[in-house]
Amino acid sequence: MTAKTATSGAHGVGSPPTPTKKRSGARAPGERSLAASPTTWFVWAGTAAFFIFLIGILVSVVVDSLGKSWFNTWLPESFSKDWYSNAWGQFQMTHIIGVTLTVAVVVIVISVLVGVPAAYLLARRNFPFKKTVTLLFLLPVLMPPITYGIPLATVMYNIGLGRTLTAVILVNLVPSIPFVIMTMTPFIEQINPTIESAARMSGASMRKVFTRILMPLLIPGILAASILVLVRTVGMFDLTFLVSGPQSDTLVVAIYRAMTAAGGGEARQLISSMAVIYTLTMMVILIVALRFVSPTQLVARVKESRED
Amino acid sequence: MTSAALGSSTATRSTASLRHRLAERGIDTSLLMLVPALVFALALFIYPFTYGIGLTLQPSAATQEKWGGGAFSNYVAFFKDSFVSDSVWLTMRLALPAALFNVLASIPMAFKLRHRFRGKKLLTTLLVLPITLGTVLTAQGLLIFAGRQGWLNRFLIQIGVIDQPLALVNNYLGVMFSLVISGFPFAFLLISSYLSGIDPSIEAAAKTMGADWKQRFRRIILPLLAPGLATTFILTFVLAFSVFPSARLVGDAMGSTRVMALMAYRAFGEQIDYPMASTIAVMMGVIELVVITAVLLWRSFLYKGSTGGKG
Amino acid sequence: MAIAASKFESLELQGVGRSFGGIDALVDLNLTVRAGEFIALLGPSGCGKSTALNCLAGLLPLTHGQILIDGKRVDTVAAENRGFGMVFQNYALFPHLSVEKNIAFGLHMRNVPKPEMKSRVAEAIALVKLEQHAKKLPGQLSGGQQQRVAIARAVVMEPRLVLMDEPLSNLDAKLRLEMRTEIRRLHQSLGLTTLYVTHDQEEALSMADRLVVLREGRVQQIGTPEELHNNPANWRVADFMGYRNLIDLDVTAVKGSAVTLEGEGFSLRGTAVLPVTVGDKARAAIRPEDLVVVSPAEPVRGANTMTATVSVVEYHGREFAVGVTSPSGRGLHVHSDHAPAIGSTVELTTDPARVLVYQADAIDMEELSVEERELAEVRR
Repeated sequence: MTAKTATSGAHGVGSPPTPTKKRSGARAPGERSLAASPTTWFVWAGTAAFFIFLIGILVSVVVDSLGKSWFNTWLPESFSKDWYSNAWGQFQMTHIIGVTLTVAVVVIVISVLVGVPAAYLLARRNFPFKKTVTLLFLLPVLMPPITYGIPLATVMYNIGLGRTLTAVILVNLVPSIPFVIMTMTPFIEQINPTIESAARMSGASMRKVFTRILMPLLIPGILAASILVLVRTVGMFDLTFLVSGPQSDTLVVAIYRAMTAAGGGEARQLISSMAVIYTLTMMVILIVALRFVSPTQLVARVKESRED
Repeated sequence: MTSAALGSSTATRSTASLRHRLAERGIDTSLLMLVPALVFALALFIYPFTYGIGLTLQPSAATQEKWGGGAFSNYVAFFKDSFVSDSVWLTMRLALPAALFNVLASIPMAFKLRHRFRGKKLLTTLLVLPITLGTVLTAQGLLIFAGRQGWLNRFLIQIGVIDQPLALVNNYLGVMFSLVISGFPFAFLLISSYLSGIDPSIEAAAKTMGADWKQRFRRIILPLLAPGLATTFILTFVLAFSVFPSARLVGDAMGSTRVMALMAYRAFGEQIDYPMASTIAVMMGVIELVVITAVLLWRSFLYKGSTGGKG
Repeated sequence: MAIAASKFESLELQGVGRSFGGIDALVDLNLTVRAGEFIALLGPSGCGKSTALNCLAGLLPLTHGQILIDGKRVDTVAAENRGFGMVFQNYALFPHLSVEKNIAFGLHMRNVPKPEMKSRVAEAIALVKLEQHAKKLPGQLSGGQQQRVAIARAVVMEPRLVLMDEPLSNLDAKLRLEMRTEIRRLHQSLGLTTLYVTHDQEEALSMADRLVVLREGRVQQIGTPEELHNNPANWRVADFMGYRNLIDLDVTAVKGSAVTLEGEGFSLRGTAVLPVTVGDKARAAIRPEDLVVVSPAEPVRGANTMTATVSVVEYHGREFAVGVTSPSGRGLHVHSDHAPAIGSTVELTTDPARVLVYQADAIDMEELSVEERELAEVRR
């Protein structure tokens, strides 16, 4: 036995593997497959139920928006696109979408301009009262928007900014700036700080370090954070609703007003068409944005490999 | 000379300039980068918030007349007007179960789905979808899909499970559905990322020591995951507790889903009673804070250190 | 010693292999391990040694071959039921459990009764000299201490096999040396069969009863430390084991295993490891210790001599490592008992028995691993 093992190694160089039974290499012995136990059934059943609801909701709204009238039957009797043209005309969709996008873009730009430098300091420096400052930035994310929204809206009305675009932008900044700070701080932390030292040894001033070394590295993080802010702002109801008026409603608020208008709200199908427009807008925004960045860049990376 | 030698047990005095000494403690001109954020935080958050608290102590004449209590009249009204105070219980009745469900249901899902498999990316993208849809669209969709005439009821009647359509919307259930649809993906993503932050070799070590998957889960994964679970619960709870449009759109706004946010808005937008509105808003914050503190206290008794991986 | 090994007679790896995702991580590993042996799996990174260990542990499935203990198949058994102890490269201590609880974990899983568990844990802690740290959490321990906890945790279960995956690679040099001795001492007193993965050939040579050298998933040689040190089976193993001088020459004469090589302006007499014929391209491998600068004090000359120019001198305590350049411009690593002047010409000598001659196969740059490619670049 020993002779065999001593020499087989030397001859083993280059020889093909002996044709013993080949087995799948995906699962360690004893590990149950993805389709085995009761918990797995629970998980799959739960996921299925979730997706049934999700898809059901989406499709119902789409179908509703396209039907001429739909009350008692599985499907509408006939289809038309009137509701869309109605919505567009009656509700000045163009204007509303414009408002929504304007608010979103302005909020993103200001949040990034204000938040990234703050995040840099929090990530790299220790300074007195750092903990207090961090808490200060954390609070708006932790509190219900209503809690700070109502006093803020009161102030807005008091200084005459009620129902204006400016007010909408300002209130949306309150959660967005901390959000950018919270997302960018860990991102900056994971950039090796010694490269800044290396740049300075090569003669770069602080400003040059920022613009030539840091910013290119921060761009992916900023883009990812911007997308998240975008989604939050376009979808943000509570804060905007408190301070907006007919000329400064964002899309979600407009839909809500339509649903709750006096006298039982607008026609359900009209609202459905607005909802579909909203979803499409959101999807377009996301698709465009996701071309520039991968959303997993802000999430921890998974360690899997046990191979040498 | 000798006295200096004797007294040299204290540190030697720095001879650096004031600017340098400040810089050692982190104070230099780069702190200016923090200023804009601080300005916004102070102007748009701290100031209005304190103003709001001050407002709560300036009740309107009508409130004072009706409830008495002087400067604290708003608070008296809050607790004594059952229409308002019941909203606390009603909101908790929605938020706590929703948050618990979202977190607990995410655990087995995150556990099962943590390894690589075909279609994982697709699945995760689909799960993230509801976050982008938002509450208003979900509400409209629920009204149609789960309404009395909607497909869900039709289907259930068709296959004979029920004979009368279920009342799934315009009540507690409707809001619950909405909270789960929007809250679950968020909880799932967070818990997945906490789970992936646990160094896999720790689990491998437990395996080599004879632990089967139940033991590994109970003794290794769960204790290391618990702090993350607490954080996820807090965040999910905050979202659920703040529920506003759904309570109106798919709930029973004046009845069983009369949440605090609705009450606050009613005072603000309909009654134009700013002090009362601020009172309700402040009380929302307080109650939420109580729950968060309780969870954080519980969390502090758990292991909080590094879980070994890039968490 | 109360911690005794539960024994088996033999552990056999037959044709063990793992190919996954188009990559052959491990190919045709055949090895028989006797009870109580200390086997080192040695090779550069990517050679498949950790894969082999993980397959043996049951953490990765085999795609080819089987693993048998006393004739019974083990590779189909789940990792938690194999009864092997494993020490991981990054220790993998349970961060939320104290040192005691970490060590007790395996005993817990096997439902060992409490009093016995307590005494066995105490013994294991004493074995690795961590009595003062028994109640601490891993986060409060240094790297070396964590390493010792990992070892105690693996041996307390009296496993029939202990697997170690580069356990010392994260420690600093001095600690590594001490821990090497510790592990060797533990092995000698407990007699646990051990499979030890490392990329450090010095470590493997000093600790193992037998070594398995792997490269790119394939076994290159299995043997005792002496065999690998003195008689590497091919030039790659020789290179890995420290034969830093590899010279490509032509075979001009063969007599049995004694061959004469010529090229680059000098001729060498060497010993062929495998038969070569006249006219073949051969690769001569010489250890720096065996290629010596003739000392002016005691000029002893072996059967081979050549001259070269000194380019680098390194002080190594009792002797000097000298880098020289041959007349043909080739760099050689040699030893000397004195420090020759830089730029001076010296005479080198070596014994033909220590010049190992292999067939020179063409080096395909594509096939080289990242490490090997970098070495090739630096050596040019």
